[in-house]
Amino acid sequence: MIEFLKENIGEIGDQAMEHLWLSGISIFLSCVAGISLGLGLTRSQKLAGFFIGVTGVMQTIPSLAMLGFFIPFLGIGKLPAIVALFLYALLPIVRNTYTGIQNIDANIREAAVAMGMTRYQLLMKVEFPLALPVIFAGIRTATVINVGVATLCALIGAGGLGEFIFRGITLNSTSMILAGAIPASLLAISLDYALSLVQKNVRKRLWPFIAGMAIVVSIYPVWASLSQTNNKVGLVAGFNSEFMNRADGWLGLSEAYDLQLPAVELEITLMYEALKNQEVDVIAGFTTDGRIQSYNLRVLEDDLHYFPPYYAAPIVKLATLKEYPLLEASLEKLEGKIPKELIAYLNLKVDQHEFTIEQAADSLLSAVTKGVFVNNRSASGKERLVIGSKAFTESYILAAFLSRYIEATTSYRTDLKLGFGGTKLLFDAFLSGDIKLYPEYTGTALLVFVQPDKTVIDSLLQSPEKIHTFTNRELKEDFGVVMLPSFGFNNTTAMMMREELANQLGIVSISDLKNYINRFDQ
Amino acid sequence: MVELVNITKLYHKKPVVNDVSLLVPKGQTLVLLGKSGSGKTTLLKMINRLIEPDEGNILIDGENIANRSVEELRRNIGYVIQAIGLFPHWTVAQNIATVPALIGWPKNKTSSRVSELLEQMGLPPRFASRYPHELSGGQQQRIGVARALAGNPSLLLMDEPFGALDPIIRKEIQSDFQHLSIFKEMTKIVVTHDVKEAFYLGDEVALIDEGKIIEKATPRNFLFNSTSNLIKGFIGEDAWSLKLSQVALSEVISFLAFAKDSAEEVLICHTDEKPFSRIFSMVNSDQQQVKIIDDSGLVGHAFVGDLKASFLKFESQLAAD
Repeated sequence: MIEFLKENIGEIGDQAMEHLWLSGISIFLSCVAGISLGLGLTRSQKLAGFFIGVTGVMQTIPSLAMLGFFIPFLGIGKLPAIVALFLYALLPIVRNTYTGIQNIDANIREAAVAMGMTRYQLLMKVEFPLALPVIFAGIRTATVINVGVATLCALIGAGGLGEFIFRGITLNSTSMILAGAIPASLLAISLDYALSLVQKNVRKRLWPFIAGMAIVVSIYPVWASLSQTNNKVGLVAGFNSEFMNRADGWLGLSEAYDLQLPAVELEITLMYEALKNQEVDVIAGFTTDGRIQSYNLRVLEDDLHYFPPYYAAPIVKLATLKEYPLLEASLEKLEGKIPKELIAYLNLKVDQHEFTIEQAADSLLSAVTKGVFVNNRSASGKERLVIGSKAFTESYILAAFLSRYIEATTSYRTDLKLGFGGTKLLFDAFLSGDIKLYPEYTGTALLVFVQPDKTVIDSLLQSPEKIHTFTNRELKEDFGVVMLPSFGFNNTTAMMMREELANQLGIVSISDLKNYINRFDQ
Repeated sequence: MVELVNITKLYHKKPVVNDVSLLVPKGQTLVLLGKSGSGKTTLLKMINRLIEPDEGNILIDGENIANRSVEELRRNIGYVIQAIGLFPHWTVAQNIATVPALIGWPKNKTSSRVSELLEQMGLPPRFASRYPHELSGGQQQRIGVARALAGNPSLLLMDEPFGALDPIIRKEIQSDFQHLSIFKEMTKIVVTHDVKEAFYLGDEVALIDEGKIIEKATPRNFLFNSTSNLIKGFIGEDAWSLKLSQVALSEVISFLAFAKDSAEEVLICHTDEKPFSRIFSMVNSDQQQVKIIDDSGLVGHAFVGDLKASFLKFESQLAAD
């Protein structure tokens, strides 16, 4: 943990600043809008009920849904994050401004009016200063919520401390999660404390708050402009957090190709959308993804053969195969049964919401078995077989398909536990026995679980069969685990660009991309 | 001078103030006496336009207040309420200086006015920098009064001003209100439901019920001549003690039999004083004497018993008038 902090202190600092800025600017905007709205609403009871209701409903929207909702309009990055955070912070500030003013003793208001104050004087000299402590309580609530919700903004490429948290979750690395979570908590606590200090004297001295706000809002752009080198290339890459951080992902790739490119972190399902909408220019996608065709994307040739083949296959413990003796024979029959075109087609249909995952799995089942069930015995008394999946379309479909296939061809019943946020997370659950079976990829198993030397990898890369055999031998030795024969399609990771842009820049392979970028370095 | 002409105010189409006309001469105190819900507070608030009448006109020094800017009007009328309504985020000095600040007085004029008012209200100068919550209820109400007076208004409106104070403090402030020179020039309209307060403070008392003036008279006339059942209900068991507290020694002197200075002297009394509450409380002292003086010296001696007798004669004569 300490080691990790030492190594990453620079990045933690950057992310904390980014986080502070995201929260700061959205809170600042919420203060301006929320206080004005709250003051305005005190003039109309009916409107007040309506607006406070609406902002209340807004706050019940799950944060992730809110972030996702803005992508079609605002794209990814800081802007939609700030808009979502702004809306979240709005309710407590509007509500507290309104109630703070409503709750002022009527006699004080009457005295002020009877002394001859105008409406504006009443507001600025009496009502607003008296409501300030309550308004401030609202700002404090908003700030604490905001710093928390801002961690989610990492999922749409807005940065902040959430990046560490989500990387930590995908890689099942506690120290990485804590590297994001602890600074985020400290940030929330210290902001709350700072505001509580201001709140005590708020009627007499408002300037510390305004000055603090100004610093928070302005410091990040200054910091960023000082610490960031200019992006002369004009290309931006978007990677999911797993690719960004795995040794066989971006780190290895940029080393292998000597490729330097600014990259933002993106939620895996948002990646293609972001590429299509020109939010980013390069992504690391999966070759079986249906959106490659429908979004007109170009898969860059991996001319240095950096990416190993990723054949999909069920992974299972040897002990499980013993416990469920019919399983192995049944699953072996799936070898080579799923062509790449079929799975790409189903991935696309599901991504376009034309098929549900269940429908896709049914189609796959009937395509594989040709409608004839090999076996359909009555259920055995065995424990249900729990099948897992990762959090992307193909993995969902394959898991649902495996469940149907096993129930159709053996006497075992199954349960599904879908959507694990990262390979490491799922593999750990699998090793602990919570998951008995899930679809995995040979390349992943080799590089993430077996982790052989680079020379070994290089000797294997050209032959899918060699990888499968080598990986299985190592898996058996190290974990008592086996990858059954592959479904037959290779879903390797690949760099992708928009066809149009790739054409324009004359980029066909990853080396072309590197050469294009290097032109700017001279 | 304040003049109300045929004032009517409707709430939900029912009159809460019903065709009221009143005249308060300059420098006089008029008390509006009534039960809660009688319309007395509504009537008061129409004078500084916190409430606008539905019918009728209100004139201050001959000018219709409906024609004046409402803020300018209010800045020239002092206003004191039972709840005081001091601004909790302002110091005592800032509170007192509310109206001067609104009018835009220069700083030194304002601060000398604040010290003057603190002194008049019997509060030490160090109170200027305190906050309202640091003061007692009585002190707060004195600040409330000072705030109402700060802009030198010619008219002062008070709504149950002393109702929330404990009896001793209330007597003190009522007495200040009667005797401080600062109030002398001012026209004052006071709302209360407390008959003792009404008779103590008022040059005249207007008895209000269901939005109408039932009777308007001096306290003396109410006590000794009124036939209204309503006022009798208000006065109730206090009639006798109220009467005792109203009459000055000079008024009964024509009915008094003087005596030689021959017995023990229990009291020295000026003719302007109103000593009858005390005199009637001296149960076993009829054979003792009171020495009566006026500004020029000794008037004479009288037995306590004879003083009691003179008061009774005075009372029966007033009732007969």
